[in-house]
Amino acid sequence: MLKQLTNAQVWVHDQDEALDFYTEKLGLELREDVTVPELGNFRWLSVGVPGQPDVAITLMAIPGPPVFDAETQAAIRTLVAKGVASGLFFATDDVHGTYEELKSRGVEFSQEPTEQPYGVDAGFRDPSGNQMRVAQRS
Amino acid sequence: MPVAHPASHLLRAKDLADARYRHPLDVKALAVAARLSPAHFSREFRREFGESPHQYLLNRRLERAAALLRMTDRSVADICLTVGLRSVGSFTTSFGRMFGMTPTQYRAAHPPALTRVYVPTCVLMGWAPRPDTARLEKTEAQDLASVASG
Repeated sequence: MLKQLTNAQVWVHDQDEALDFYTEKLGLELREDVTVPELGNFRWLSVGVPGQPDVAITLMAIPGPPVFDAETQAAIRTLVAKGVASGLFFATDDVHGTYEELKSRGVEFSQEPTEQPYGVDAGFRDPSGNQMRVAQRS
Repeated sequence: MPVAHPASHLLRAKDLADARYRHPLDVKALAVAARLSPAHFSREFRREFGESPHQYLLNRRLERAAALLRMTDRSVADICLTVGLRSVGSFTTSFGRMFGMTPTQYRAAHPPALTRVYVPTCVLMGWAPRPDTARLEKTEAQDLASVASG
């Protein structure tokens, strides 16, 4: 039986840019950052929500050959940029406050806080284009 | 209008330390968040949480630094800056007081980060070095030829 979700992965165009966004703008904390020379300098980079130590978000660079052929790499980059590759869903106790706070730090919102049957939620994007949502459940 | 419990202002300062420890943040800034004078704030914070705000913020930074020493391969200087401290010398001294060893010794006392971080099998397989395909094909062709001629 599966016990626990430990990591969610998002493809990012630039790991340094992503790390800056997720830590400095969203307020997440750096969890793991290891570069492996034996794997072509593969970099395992993860961040997480402070206070939730058992779940991390892996910020994965989109690899080229030999892991993916150039065409696949380009296709993933395009899908990520279009915001259709993946997404993350966050929770907050105060979606309006979070919206104002993140917006003041330069986060680009695709949707202002909106009433929904389940509460209020808002949408934003990371610098690569990944869709993120933050919801205050009622 | 309900009056907020005095501790809620202190909690706001504590939350600020938790959320923004990576940034230049001092007791004065925390006192502003709690809407108290720095001296009064420090006394009240200690009474409520059992340690001074300075020590709380420092502990938060040192705990994070210890995690980064275990879970990353970043340099000590880089980790010092990442957790919001500016002086590597002071960092090393404070770290030693808390953990009884230098940051470098602490890292050496734990297994290398690569053995602790979760790099899944699919990554190890996908990113593994590939042999020189052209040379491999040539060798295979030679092997087949030798089998055929043998």
